[in-house]
Order: sequence, then C-alpha cells, then structure tokens
Amino acid sequence: MSKRKPGRHGPGHDTTAPARVGAPVATGASGGSADATRRGLLARLAIALGALAAVELAWIVASFLKPRGRTAAAGDWLITAGSAGDFEPGSVTAFPQGRFYLVRLPEGGFLAVHATCTHLGCTVPWDEQNRRFACPCHASAFDIRGDVLAPPAPRALDLFPVRIENDVVKVDVRRPQRRSRFEPSQAVTS
Amino acid sequence: MTFNTLLLHLRPVRLPARTLPFTHTFGLGGSGLVLFLLLTVTGALKMLVYQPAAGAAYDSVLALEREVLFGGLVRGVHYWSANLLIVVVLLHTARVLLTGGFHGPRQFNWVIGCGLLATVLAFNFTGYLLPWDQLSYWAVTIVTAMLGYVPVVGGALEQVARGGPELGTGTLVLFYTLHTTILPVTVVFLMALHFWRVRKAGGVVPPPAPPGEEGGDEKVLFLPNLLMREVALATVLTALVFVLAALFGAPLGAPANPGMSPNPVKAPWYFVGFQELLIHFHPTFAVLAIPLLGAAALLLLPYLTRDDEPAGRWFLSERGRRLAGAASLLGVTVTPVAVLLDALIGGAAQGVAGLPGWLTGGVLPFALLLACVVGFHRAARRRHGASVNEAAQATVVLLAVAFAVLTVIGVFFRGAGMALAWPWRT
Repeated sequence: MSKRKPGRHGPGHDTTAPARVGAPVATGASGGSADATRRGLLARLAIALGALAAVELAWIVASFLKPRGRTAAAGDWLITAGSAGDFEPGSVTAFPQGRFYLVRLPEGGFLAVHATCTHLGCTVPWDEQNRRFACPCHASAFDIRGDVLAPPAPRALDLFPVRIENDVVKVDVRRPQRRSRFEPSQAVTS
Repeated sequence: MTFNTLLLHLRPVRLPARTLPFTHTFGLGGSGLVLFLLLTVTGALKMLVYQPAAGAAYDSVLALEREVLFGGLVRGVHYWSANLLIVVVLLHTARVLLTGGFHGPRQFNWVIGCGLLATVLAFNFTGYLLPWDQLSYWAVTIVTAMLGYVPVVGGALEQVARGGPELGTGTLVLFYTLHTTILPVTVVFLMALHFWRVRKAGGVVPPPAPPGEEGGDEKVLFLPNLLMREVALATVLTALVFVLAALFGAPLGAPANPGMSPNPVKAPWYFVGFQELLIHFHPTFAVLAIPLLGAAALLLLPYLTRDDEPAGRWFLSERGRRLAGAASLLGVTVTPVAVLLDALIGGAAQGVAGLPGWLTGGVLPFALLLACVVGFHRAARRRHGASVNEAAQATVVLLAVAFAVLTVIGVFFRGAGMALAWPWRT
C-alpha cells in the first residue's frame, strides 16, 4: 500500500523528508519560543472552545430529551373527583382518565392510588370480591391502602396528591409520589 | 464502475483458499449485511405510511396492512429480517468467539462488533414499540420500568426513556427518531469501521494448515471464488425471508390499551433473559450489576486473553472442544435446576427469615454465581490443563448457554402471572 511509483509523486511528498519549506523551526531561541507560546495558546483556546461547544450540545440534547409533563393543557392535570360525601368509607372508585383509584378508607380519609404496579408498571385492576388490587402481569397484590400483600412488587402503590376544597375532592395527577408503605399521615381528610 | 472501484475494494483481490469453506464462517457477517439492506428498503417504504403518534400509529399500521399493495408483505419482510438479524448477529459473535477471531489485529474490531450488537438490539427494541398494539405497549412498559430499578438515577432514566411519566406520543416520537435516524447513522458508521478493520486484518481469521501438508497458503481470486458464494448465500437468505413473510406475516394484536394489562406481560424475546434474572435476583443485581459485568467482560475479552496461542480452528483445539461441550452441558442442566430451586424455596429475591432482600436475593446468590464461574474456570485450567484462551472460551460458553436457557424458560415456560408452566398447558 505504501509503495508508490517514484515518478508520480514528487519527493516533497515523502514523509521522511527533512523540514518542510516555511516551517519555522529553530530560527532563533526567543522568536521560536514566542511563536510556540502563541501557537500553544491558540491550540488550547481551540480545545477549550471545542469543549465548550460539546458541553452546549450535550445540554441542548439533554433539554430535548427531558421528559415533558403528562398533559400540556392547563387544567387537565387537576381532576375533580366529586363531593366528598358521595364516597362511602371503604369504597374504591376508578378514574381511568387519571389512571388512579380514589380510595376512601374505612376511617374516612382519602387516598388517590396510582393504578400502576410498582413492580414493572402494569395497570392494576381493583378486585372488589377479594378487596385487593391484583396485578395481572406478575401476580403482585395490594390492599385497599396500596400496601403490598404479595410480591414481587417492592413497595406500596404510588399516590397522587389529594386536596379537598369546599367538600370537593380534587386530585393532582401530574406526578405520582413514591412511598414505601402506607402511613396514616398520607390519608387526606376534609 | 462504482461496483469495481468501491464494492470490490471492500475485499482483497486474492484471499487464502483455506478461509473459503462455508463451515469456517457460515457466512454470518455477510448475512447480517443482507438483512440490514432488506431492513433499510422495507423500513424506508414503511416510513411513507407510518404516523408516530399515540392516536394514529396503530391505524396507520392497519392501513399499511389492509390498504397498501404488498403492505403486509413489506411489513413481514421487515419483521422477519429484524428477528433473524438478532439471531445472525449473535451467531456471528459466537463464530468469532469460537474460532478465536478476536486476537491480535482483530482485537479492536471485536469491540466495534460489540457496539454493532448493542445497536442491533436497540434497533429491534425501538421498533418493537412502533405498531402500538397491546404486545408492544406492555413489553416496552416493563422494559423501561426495569430501568427504574437502577439505583439513584433509575427514576430519571425511566422517565427519559418514556419521554414522560407513562408511555404516549412522547415515547413514540423518541423511539421513532432513534429507530429511523440516530440508530441508522450509528450502524452505518460502525459497519464501515467494522468492514475496514476486517480488510486491514487481512480478512477472516484463517484456519491452521493441516499438518504436513505443503501449499497450505494457496491463494485464490476473490472474483469469482468468494463473490459467487456470497451472492448465492444472499439469494437464499432473501428468499427465506420472503417465504417467512409471505407465510406468517408480522403479528399485530389489539390496539394498545393503557387501562388493561394482558396476563402475563413479557419483554421482547431478546430481553426476556433479563426479565428472568429479575425474578431471581435483587433488582440492583438483575438490571445493573450482572448486565454491566457481562458487558464489560464481553468487551474486554480480547484484552484478557492471549494473542500468542493458536487461533482459527473451531473451538481452538480438541481440548477446547471438549471443555466447551462440558460447559454447554453444565449450563443446560444446572440453570433449570437453579430456577426450580429458587421457585420452590419461595423466591430468595424477596428476603428470607427477616434478612434484607439485597442480601438473600442479591449478594448471596451473586456470590454463589461468581464462585461457580470462578470454580469452573479454575477447574478447566488446573484439572484439565486448559490454556488461557481455552479456559476463557469455555467460561464464556457456560455463561452464554446459561443466559440462553434463562431466555428459553422465560419465553416458553412462564404462563399466567409469570409462574412456571408447561408451554403446552397455556
């Protein structure tokens, strides 16, 4: 590959040839070092600018990849479930558009339980007969408070924030809140 | 003109006659290229019809199947080429591994090949979502949820992979962009590097000359000796893909329904092995430690083995063949027993007798696994006098066979609720 016919290319193309014409090599101690400093500075500047550009590009890519919220339209994320008095203690009401169940605990507190299994993200239906959420994918089960009854689910079902204004129950479905297990402070009362 | 100047330059004018027999390489690398070309053509055609939005994707696929002339066939060719490509790329990796084709000048090309393998998997996975039927929706849901188990950054990773808190148009657009723009550019770039490195290394690793035979280094012309073989293989493979596509087509289930998960939900078949690991190991080990260690070991294999041992022969030597056989046998027998034991004991991954799950389902079984692998390697080296490369080959075979068995168990032997079941009972 490196063998070349001598006639086709001039001897100047030979990489083993000594110093090229115009290359300022050792023309003087002070001049050479000043030139080297200027070159070194420019080279470092170019590298720094290149690095800066790379960081900017990474930043742009990250901002494009950044997950956007569940719904862009304002008002979509706050679901009005209804009057607090309409939900019997111990009842579970499905809100498919919000992907949550509004649970009224027997003690009277409200929980908005995310309908997504904490194991691998399947949708869990409420089994009224056995009073449990049963995941169809990998057999996890949760009680009415969302606590794990059967593995492989590693933690209780997530919650959406609930607020009760003027006896009307509203659920903020933007971001599910993680929890390891049920605690009485999670239940919202009017 | 283009053919002469470009395509023929991918290959040398003459090549060693000993590398020609089909059984030396099984034409797997070339088969991968043929499948890639089929995928490019059919993929470009499908892009003319497909719409990447949650409300439109499924209907556009349905329109492709029902209203476009040969739409179903094009979809079928794409589907079968994609699945065969994974098989072919895995077999190609196995061929290079088992003929010792990753030493010396081919070291770095093995790393590029690993990059190609990862790209092909990413291609298949991103394509899996696009039909937006129940199968694709839930399979991608659980694979992205597996990312959520990575410590610290898992939640963020899961969200980025989904383009939001749950699967939707954001996910489709992300996967579509990766599948049709970023991954194609990546794979073409890596393939160019890969082929160039093959050429630089002087072609595939040659088998050693038969002992006492003169003229073992005989060279033959690429055209027609190798080219005709390659054209014949490409033709047969293309025909096979079209027959499969015409007979079976590509599956399309019910449209994605976020409110109803099927039972059971499984990852795409090439990721089911990881889902099976998740049943037996603590999540940190199943989705992070074991895959990372496996990938690192695979990448570094050329640098952990020796360049000065003989290579080019299938299984390296007679002892290499026997050890690889023993490793396969061990993998096929021990893995199902371990899976059954774990199921009977009651899920060590869940924590036993008050001990935390990361200990009983993570550290302890992982230490046991490592001890088995190291013990096997030492037995091969000390008891059977295997060379460094023979022992490394046998160990990789053991792990690969074990993972393949896990995949088979996950695909065929898990029924409702991912419980163990016979395939003919479900």
